[in-house]
Amino acid sequence: MKMVIAIIQPEKLPDVKKALFDAEIHKMTVSNVIGCGQQKGYKETYRGAISEVTLLKKVRIDIAVNDSFVKPTVDAIIKGARTGKIGDGKIFVQDLPECIRIRTGEEGSEAIG
Amino acid sequence: MSTNINYGDTAWILISTALVMLMTAPGLAFFYGGLVRRKNVLSTMMQSFFLLCMISIQWILFGYSLAFGPDIGGFIGNLSWIGLKGVGMLPNPDYAASIPHQLFMVYQMMFAVITPALITGAFAERIKFSTFVVFSLLWATLVYDPVAHWVWGMGGWLRTMGALDFAGGTVVHVSSGISALVFALMIGKRKGYPDNVIPPHNMTFTLLGASLLWFGWFGFNAGSALGANELAVSAFIATNTAAAAAALTWIIIEWIIAGKPTVLGGATGAVAGLVAITPSAGFVTPISAIFIGILVGLVCYTSVVVIKQKFKYDDSLDAFGVHGVGGTLGALLTGLFAQKIVNAAGNNGLLFGNPSQLKIQFIGVIATIGYSVTVTYILLKILDKIMGLRVEEKDEMMGLDNTQHKESAYTLID
Repeated sequence: MKMVIAIIQPEKLPDVKKALFDAEIHKMTVSNVIGCGQQKGYKETYRGAISEVTLLKKVRIDIAVNDSFVKPTVDAIIKGARTGKIGDGKIFVQDLPECIRIRTGEEGSEAIG
Repeated sequence: MSTNINYGDTAWILISTALVMLMTAPGLAFFYGGLVRRKNVLSTMMQSFFLLCMISIQWILFGYSLAFGPDIGGFIGNLSWIGLKGVGMLPNPDYAASIPHQLFMVYQMMFAVITPALITGAFAERIKFSTFVVFSLLWATLVYDPVAHWVWGMGGWLRTMGALDFAGGTVVHVSSGISALVFALMIGKRKGYPDNVIPPHNMTFTLLGASLLWFGWFGFNAGSALGANELAVSAFIATNTAAAAAALTWIIIEWIIAGKPTVLGGATGAVAGLVAITPSAGFVTPISAIFIGILVGLVCYTSVVVIKQKFKYDDSLDAFGVHGVGGTLGALLTGLFAQKIVNAAGNNGLLFGNPSQLKIQFIGVIATIGYSVTVTYILLKILDKIMGLRVEEKDEMMGLDNTQHKESAYTLID
């Protein structure tokens, strides 16, 4: 089992969701996050005081999958999120030792699917 | 000081002026601001607020003179009242015999402010701020001021013909609503529309804004009696009644068709009812106001929910669907429901034995639509060449608050 974590541009979320659904990946957790990568920040001004914003708004998607689903998941995220420009985001794939469905108590691969 | 001044009237129109100001900011600013995404809320509110500032100055300098100054051929006022020259504290009996002329001027100023602000609903979330500023100044001068003169100015051709427009159904809502449609078509759709539904970011703002609009509309319509008198009371009741009837109608239609009564439906219905009653507020009975409210609820629901979805134009916040369609319907319904027993200065409509009134109303609407569409189209063609209408795609994605104003409305983490 793997945990796929993607950090993407907020406005690409609808495209990524659609690509995931097309690949029959329907389970995910989405959150608003801020962070910084290669993309430079921007400046805001408040009554003349300049505030340097280096942490940008991003969307994080967490998807727990069985091993055979890792590649389709990663491919779908790239398909939906890639524009070719700096700021498109990153995907992390981590080992996932355990997963339990609360309602039934199922564990492992069955709980994920 | 003239003894003709009635201080009861003066007090009511002062209050009404402030009420109409409140319709633009915060009323319209919150109504529209709640409907856009988080990244565009400030830019949307800024458009209404900025117009309050800019048109206030335009009106003093030359706008009032163009709209209400001495007539040139029934089409526009001349520039002899430029900078309010000769517009003083003595009443001008042509317009309002019992209040200072300057009070009539500033009351009308607030109408001139809100009209271009209504159009901002059509180009929300993608307009270049600089283009918006230039467009609005030109539109106010070349569309609003002449049309206001036609209908309300001494010698204006629609006024002379006998068109009834109590508080500005044609002048304010038809002109802005139809121009909004032209703008929406020419600037194009927002990125992602209509495939990805773009949900409103704060519906509490929208309901607050709609309710403030309703409140301010008492100044807009009952104030148009230009006195603290029976006509003001009649217009006040017609206004409230039509808003309530239209909101109820919209909510009930949604409940039947979509399964749930929605807050946004109620807010939109109320605004549609207010728009529709505007031209007839001083000419109809409360029972007629109920009919007008129901009819506009049905028609605007159809225009926003059915027609817009079918043709997929991005009139983002339904400036055309509510103000253009509702204003046109209201102007025509005035020709049906108007009654001389409500207002002797008005006329009877078709239902009360005077079919020619409907024809006059029709001419007023068609002329306003034709003129507004033509001038708006030409203005946008020119501005598109010189300045460009919309922001670059990456700026649209990043949001107008950041790219046009270097601010953001909300922080995620402090």
